[in-house]
Amino acid sequence: MTVLWMIAGAIAMVAVLLVLVRLITGPTLIDRLIASDVLLTTLILVVGAEMVISGHTRSIPLMVVLAATAILASVAVARFVTRATASPATPDAEEGSDVR
Amino acid sequence: MTAVEQRARVTLRQKLPLLLALVILWMLLWGSITPLTIATGVVVSLGVTRAFYLPPVELSGRFNLFWFIVFVGRVLGEMVVASFQVAVLAIGPRSRHESALVKVDLHTRSDFILTGTALAVSLVPGSIVVEVDRASTVLYVHTLSVHSPAQVEKARAHVLSLERSLLRAWGSREEWEAVRS
Amino acid sequence: MFGEEQWNSILDIAAASLLIVAALLTLAAAIGLLRFPDPLSRLHAATKPQILGLLLVVVAIALSARSATVLLLLIPVVVFQLLTAPISAHMVGRAGYRNGDFEPSTLLVDELAADVDAARGSELPGGSWDDEADGGSSNPRGAGS
Repeated sequence: MTVLWMIAGAIAMVAVLLVLVRLITGPTLIDRLIASDVLLTTLILVVGAEMVISGHTRSIPLMVVLAATAILASVAVARFVTRATASPATPDAEEGSDVR
Repeated sequence: MTAVEQRARVTLRQKLPLLLALVILWMLLWGSITPLTIATGVVVSLGVTRAFYLPPVELSGRFNLFWFIVFVGRVLGEMVVASFQVAVLAIGPRSRHESALVKVDLHTRSDFILTGTALAVSLVPGSIVVEVDRASTVLYVHTLSVHSPAQVEKARAHVLSLERSLLRAWGSREEWEAVRS
Repeated sequence: MFGEEQWNSILDIAAASLLIVAALLTLAAAIGLLRFPDPLSRLHAATKPQILGLLLVVVAIALSARSATVLLLLIPVVVFQLLTAPISAHMVGRAGYRNGDFEPSTLLVDELAADVDAARGSELPGGSWDDEADGGSSNPRGAGS
C-alpha cells in the first residue's frame, strides 16, 4: 500500500517539477498562465490524495474553495492580457459595460 | 434597453431554476439537508441573485431527463477516452503537431444551448472554444491533431453532434425537430 | 464471499491505483506542456487530463472514506471544476489567439482569421464576434419562449 502511495507521490513530484520548468522559461505570458493553472490543479489533486493517504476528510473545504476560485486568476489575467494588447477587433470600451 | 427595464421583466418563473440550483449547491456545501440549511439557502440565494444581477437565462421549456443523462454520460465517456488520447499524444514520439481552427455554425439560436455546447466541446480534450460569435451562434474551435481536410470535417461534425445530443435533451421543440432528421 | 477485512484492502488498493492514474495524467499534462509547440496546443495538454485526474481523486476519496456524506460534499468540487475549467480555457485560449501566441504553421486551417479580417473590414468590427452580454442583443432572438 505504502509503495503505491509513494509511486503516486513521486510521479506527481516529477510532474510539478516539469510544470515549473515551463512556468520559469515561458516564453509568453500565456504559457506561464497555463503552467500556473496546471500547478493549482495539481495542488488540488495532491490535497485530495493526502486525504486518501492519511485517511481523513478534513481538507474537503479546502478542495472546494480551491476548485471554486481556481478560475479567478486565469480569467483576470487573460482579460488583462487581451486588453493590454488592444485587439483592434474589439472596442474595449464596451467590455466594461457587461458588469452591472 | 436599460438595466431597469430588463430587471422588471424577470419573472419568478425565470428565476426559479437558478434559485433552486443555488439552494441545492448551498446544501451540498454544508453536506446536510435540514430545515435550517434550506431556509438559509433560500435567503442566501435570493441575496446573491439580487446583489450580483445577471440577465435571465431563457430555458427552452422542454427537458428530457433520460436524454440529458445520455448527454452527460456521453460527455464524460468522451472525456475519459480523449484525456488518455491527449496524454498519449504528449508522451508519444514527436510527430508533426498540427491543429486546426474550425468554424462551426450551430443550428441553435438559443444562448443556453450555445453555452452548453461550448462547455461540452471544451470538456472533451483536444478541442477548445477560442472564439464565440453570439449573434450568429458560431463557435470557433481549436482542435488538436488534425492532419487532413477530412479530419477538419470530422471535428466539425463532432461539435454538431454534441449540439444535437444537447438539443435532444434540452432544446426547444422546434429546434429539436429541425435537427432531428 | 469476501470478509470485511478483504473488502477494506480491496477498496484501499483501488483508491491507491486511482491516485496513481491521476498522477500519471498530471505527468502527461506536464510533459505535454513542455513538448507541444505553441501555447494553444499546450492549453489542450494542460487543462483536460487534469479534470479527469480530479474526478479520479474524488472517487478515490469517496472509496477510502466509504461514506455517502463525503461523496455529497465532494460533488461541488467536481461541479465547480467542470463548469469553470472550460471557461478559463476559453478565456486563456482567446487571449492567446488574439495576442498571436501561436504558430500559424501548425494550423492546418484557420477559419477564424478569415472572419476576423472580414469583420475588421466591415462597418461594425466589434459586437458581432464578441460575447458580451450587452443589453442591446440579449433578448430579441428568444428562441425558447
